[in-house]
Amino acid sequence: MRHPQLNANGELQHLITIEGLPRDMIVHILDTAASFVGVSDREVKKVPLLRGKSVFNLFFENSTRTRTTFEIAAKRLSADVLNLNISTSSTAKGESLLDTIDNLSAMHADMFVVRHGASGAPYLIADHIDRTRGPHVHVINAGDGRHAHPTQGLLDMYTIRHHKKDFTQLRVAIVGDILHSRVARSDIHALTTLGVPEVRAIAPYTLLPTGLDQMGVRVFTDMREGLRDVDVVMMLRLQSERMGGALLPSAQEFFKHYGLTQDKLALARPDAIVMHPGPLNRGVEIDSAVADGTQSVILEQVTFGIAVRMAVMSILAAN
Amino acid sequence: MNTATLDAEAVYAALRDSIAAAMAAQPVRRPYLIGIHSGGAWIAERLHRDLAVSTPLGTLSSAFHRDDYGRRGLPAQMKATDLPFEIKGADIILVDDILFTGRTVRAALNELFDYGRPARVELAVLLDRGGRELPIEAAYCGAAHPLGPDHNFVLSRTADGRFSLRIE
Repeated sequence: MRHPQLNANGELQHLITIEGLPRDMIVHILDTAASFVGVSDREVKKVPLLRGKSVFNLFFENSTRTRTTFEIAAKRLSADVLNLNISTSSTAKGESLLDTIDNLSAMHADMFVVRHGASGAPYLIADHIDRTRGPHVHVINAGDGRHAHPTQGLLDMYTIRHHKKDFTQLRVAIVGDILHSRVARSDIHALTTLGVPEVRAIAPYTLLPTGLDQMGVRVFTDMREGLRDVDVVMMLRLQSERMGGALLPSAQEFFKHYGLTQDKLALARPDAIVMHPGPLNRGVEIDSAVADGTQSVILEQVTFGIAVRMAVMSILAAN
Repeated sequence: MNTATLDAEAVYAALRDSIAAAMAAQPVRRPYLIGIHSGGAWIAERLHRDLAVSTPLGTLSSAFHRDDYGRRGLPAQMKATDLPFEIKGADIILVDDILFTGRTVRAALNELFDYGRPARVELAVLLDRGGRELPIEAAYCGAAHPLGPDHNFVLSRTADGRFSLRIE
């Protein structure tokens, strides 16, 4: 069975998840992103690849950074961008998800960028569009529930490649609320596909999903042990809004055991980089001294995110 | 398949000499050479060395402005534009290998203007194969060699930097 995000020619029709994407396709996206990095430095910060196309940003969950970087990416590609704030629109009046999509499709949308609290919603939309609109409309998942956040995974890979060049010699630790994290899932699939030999997950048992060892991940509950000799530390945000029930005693307790401090970072390799998908909870999962320190590449991730999203949009639009 | 070869080194020498003659006639000019990826970049690199051009060499990708992007997408191994000098007010000789429809040159001009407003742009090509679809002509040309739309010239460069041309 073909991957639902690929078209009949094996090209990327939608970007729903990194899981199952061939290595070459991920590398092609990263290489394409590299050619877009310089666009922001030109006198004219625009290229005409999506001229005349309409990109609809559909954010059923709040987001500032992701929505803004998608918007900038689409505008740098010369697309027309419409931002729909769904929480104040028709869905709140009772319209179903697919009715909303049908109405926007009737306005000749060429691409939907979708964030939704329910895992699988972008896939549902992509499948519906394939049947109702054919192969010329594209869907990009900008984060769905606990499932996937593929463009974040790709920009994380871009950032790692920028600093470390080769994936096949790396130890990478993902730290924090892995249970609720779509970023962690996308990162794990990307890292293993790109040949990272050792991916570690560091979290208390209550914030670890099952099945990590089947994904090729080494699990540590002791952060000091897990950080030893790693090249990359990927911190995650503690997602208090997704937590029902008592998974943690308190944020202070979490920081004590799983917060990244200079002292714990010293256990990693001296040239280790520190990443975080944002927004930061300073003093909960990361100490300010580390977030603002010399090993932090957190703001570079944001900048590279624009080029990576330009790459994804331009590749989809041509397929 | 019709396979023939052309003496690419002789054609290159003719192009080099025509640019050298024009530069000798206008000694106050200090043009910048910019090669269009990938064949044009090879030619520009060689001209830059052979003519001992004192200004920095640039390379340019036409991929972002191609009019067939919707059909072909971006190339898999895309080389980025690299212009290590101020475009605004610059005197530029844009270099390509084969001049055919003129569409690549049109896209390259758009790319160039994204970096600023040059004072002047001239076009230098190794070979003009005819078949223009846009009003674009070269100021310097190694040779004119009409070729039908079913065939293509393919430029290669050996390890020691020498050119060869074949028809496919």
